[in-house]
Amino acid sequence: MKNRRINWRVATVADARWETSSARTLVLDVPDWPGHLPGQHVDIRLTAEDGYSAQRSYSIASAWSEGGRVELTVQRLADGEVSPYLTDVVEKGDQLELRGPVGGWFVWREKQPAPVLLIGGGSGVVPLMAMIRARGQVRGRQPFRLIYSVRTPEDACYADELRRRVRDDPGLDVHFVYTRKAPEGWPVPPKRIDVATINSHGWPPDFQPDCFVCGPTSFVETAADILVALGHDPTKIRTERFGGA
Amino acid sequence: MELDGNSLAGDLREVFAADMTGVIFTCAGCGHAGAVATLRVWEPAPGLVGRCPNCEDPVLRLVRTPDRVFLCLTGATRLEMRLETDT
Repeated sequence: MKNRRINWRVATVADARWETSSARTLVLDVPDWPGHLPGQHVDIRLTAEDGYSAQRSYSIASAWSEGGRVELTVQRLADGEVSPYLTDVVEKGDQLELRGPVGGWFVWREKQPAPVLLIGGGSGVVPLMAMIRARGQVRGRQPFRLIYSVRTPEDACYADELRRRVRDDPGLDVHFVYTRKAPEGWPVPPKRIDVATINSHGWPPDFQPDCFVCGPTSFVETAADILVALGHDPTKIRTERFGGA
Repeated sequence: MELDGNSLAGDLREVFAADMTGVIFTCAGCGHAGAVATLRVWEPAPGLVGRCPNCEDPVLRLVRTPDRVFLCLTGATRLEMRLETDT
């Protein structure tokens, strides 16, 4: 990808599917898409007939393959200005203004040799899923662990695909944290992410893993503080925060 | 809504020829250094303000009009950028 200034493009919604009752994946056709790295995002701009426009950033959920499409998973925010339109109004064939891919810090590159710890809260899992998919695509041998915090089992995006990948992608582990309601027979009552969770299901600091934490601000701060307290190098911890707690 | 400097990537990319989220700023207020991605950003606002995660002083301010962009960096004493990039 060359360094040149980027412009808004028109993307067409090729397909859409629900991941949960409030999160929807939009599959976009973007002409001349230059490719992207997992963790990058796009900006979406909506313009009303009176000229008012609103712009938001959305993480790319898909790994890039030649000629491939771009998938965004959008979580509906109750008081949102853009997300309810993307989850509930947009239909196949509609067009959206899009700018990207952008971002180069919260990304995983397949040449990074270190083990990877992904910690996602709610829809913060989206860019982490792009990393898992990219690793699967290149058959990366870096061991990956995902700790995924959701309110209830019904709130988990990509649950079937994650189950399949844990079976088929060697070296991928996934651990769920349920904060409000756990599945039947789950060994612990619902709780928020804590030291014990990250200590047991993350990597030891000695392994010097690359850590990616994404979620609401309070979640990101809690997880990043725990990682530092456990002895992880702060420069190996990359964070992306969005929205209220 | 509370965001961070990752969300500034697109607007900064309109001004700069390379991704800026991995650039290391030094805060003029407290001397803290960190990646632009770690700046604190609150939306909605008339312009975008990236605040230092350590002292919350504004490090970077960006205002757009239909045909112009104004970028104020008085809150940063330094920007440090890797020359080789692949994005």
